[in-house]
Amino acid sequence: MTSVARIFAPNERGKKINLPPYLLILPTFIFVILFTIYPTLSVFRASQEYYHPNRPNRTQMTDLNLPGVEEASRSIRGPHEVGLAYFRAMLDPSTSEGETFFQVMRNTLVYTIITVPVTMLLAFAFAVLVNRSLRWIGIARVAFFYPTMLPLVSAATIWLFFFTPDYGLWNVALRLLGYTGQENWIINRDLGLWALMIVSIWKNAGYFMIFYLAGLQSLPQDVYEAADLDGANWLTKMFRITLPLLRRTTLFVSVVAIITAFQNIDHALVLTNELVTGEADLLLYEIYKQRFVLGNYGFANALTVVMILVLLIFTLSNFFLSERGSDER
Amino acid sequence: MSDSVSVARAASTTVRLPWRRARWGIWLVNSLTIVLAVLWAVPIIWTIVVSFRPPADSLGQGDVWFSDRGVSLESYQRAVDLAPFFPHIEDGGLSRSYYGNTLEYVLMTLAVQIVTVTLAAFAFVQYQFPGKRLLFYLILTQLMIPTAILLVPNFMTISQLGLYDTTLAIAIPYFGSAFGTFLMRQAFLEVPRELVESAEIDGARWHHLLRHIYLPPTRATLVAFGMVSVSFHWNSLLWPLVVTSDKSRPLTMGLLRFTQLTDIGAQWSLIMAATMIIVAPLFIVFLIFQRQFIQSFINSGFK
Repeated sequence: MTSVARIFAPNERGKKINLPPYLLILPTFIFVILFTIYPTLSVFRASQEYYHPNRPNRTQMTDLNLPGVEEASRSIRGPHEVGLAYFRAMLDPSTSEGETFFQVMRNTLVYTIITVPVTMLLAFAFAVLVNRSLRWIGIARVAFFYPTMLPLVSAATIWLFFFTPDYGLWNVALRLLGYTGQENWIINRDLGLWALMIVSIWKNAGYFMIFYLAGLQSLPQDVYEAADLDGANWLTKMFRITLPLLRRTTLFVSVVAIITAFQNIDHALVLTNELVTGEADLLLYEIYKQRFVLGNYGFANALTVVMILVLLIFTLSNFFLSERGSDER
Repeated sequence: MSDSVSVARAASTTVRLPWRRARWGIWLVNSLTIVLAVLWAVPIIWTIVVSFRPPADSLGQGDVWFSDRGVSLESYQRAVDLAPFFPHIEDGGLSRSYYGNTLEYVLMTLAVQIVTVTLAAFAFVQYQFPGKRLLFYLILTQLMIPTAILLVPNFMTISQLGLYDTTLAIAIPYFGSAFGTFLMRQAFLEVPRELVESAEIDGARWHHLLRHIYLPPTRATLVAFGMVSVSFHWNSLLWPLVVTSDKSRPLTMGLLRFTQLTDIGAQWSLIMAATMIIVAPLFIVFLIFQRQFIQSFINSGFK
């Protein structure tokens, strides 16, 4: 080992213990423990406690079949130990927690299932279009990529105008294409979630494009030359060569896209915050709303646990899938 | 269409197709690219154009792009008057402002991250020690469970530490970065082992190794990490919203409050001037260094 290691190292028995690596990792480790590992574990504990400090009034005590809370002697604002009552309530659509939970999970699922593939498809198309050496192509790249550099809240603010009924440019454009439906996108129960999806797709397509662009530029050219000699058309080359060779890129982008979809909800704060009944609420937005708007601490903690579990299942299944994939080859 | 994409391919691969087959295909792909690029750029172009209209212009009547009343900086002036975007002199010092706060926590985060990330990555590459894998995986949990989703328990920690409504509260959860550690570790692994060993034989201590052997060839990676970190934190909203109330509000929160001011209503030029005030610095830097930015983001799967 290094000389430094020796200075720090020997204990009484003269056996070397390397202190430097631990000291060097310590700063990072402290913050990871404090703000990732500790909260992840503590929230499991916190999700078993009922606490609703600014609960509006005593007569509304019908929700959550919480043990002990019905007793008039106890505070309806908590805190109370309730075990897994929140999770039981979430699985029962007849409770208000269950209703919210199902709505939010449905929204998150629809949001992810639509935005991720659409954004990836656009990203791939953009990458193919700008992967050429023309003088002006750099401008097109910037045009596709710049939304990545905008704060999501600014993007949403700009789109707030685009979604304005009557003269908002999104509605103007849709009318030109023959759209005659609702125009008040952000305060409409059915369209609110779509408004969020549109902003997300517009903002992220250019970000994912650059991964495909990097992928395209690393493809072996001799394969295409061979295909050209065989007279392969673009469709064959696209589906038989390009896409299979970009499989790893696609897998990587899909992971990034899904995690992005879970953790970016700033646009909801601008666009759909007036839909108080939660028709467009995504999981992280609901966590924020329950804790910081409605003051329902216990439920927010329980939803955070759900979020953690969803991410763990996603990451682990993804890990095992990609392990299997690499064995195949 | 069949020609068009093979032409796109040909242009990038230097495989030349016969000129006459290529011609209308090129034209088609080029127009498609231009149309899509223009569509994608409309929001920012509209924002810039409208921000230079007078604040009271109603977009509902008449043109949503240009005003009859010409170009003016009035909207910017009014936006700056309405909200503390910029600091002013107050009691002999600078007052708190959205810009000041954003710069404070962004630079604080960056400065600490560069140190923590470099040291940790160096340790993982340079040394063998018991528990190395375990420590590495524990740090990587941050990639699996993004800090953003832990806002409820982390808010508790911030209150218990007495940091509520400080710029430190916004920055501190990001002081340790699994992504940065991982990125720098990958870069350090590329440094030739013989170089490190010969320096060790010459008696180099760990900080010599880090400064003279590991960092010089990997500076580009560190810069890339810095660019991604700055743009990520500059643009963040939800966490600052939760841990600040008044004096430590950053720019993004300023914009959020601005859109919610009731007396502003649909004064779009005013709102867009505020938007421009927030995005302009990063955006201009991006336009100048776009190549480096795009490259940095390519190296940065997980933000």
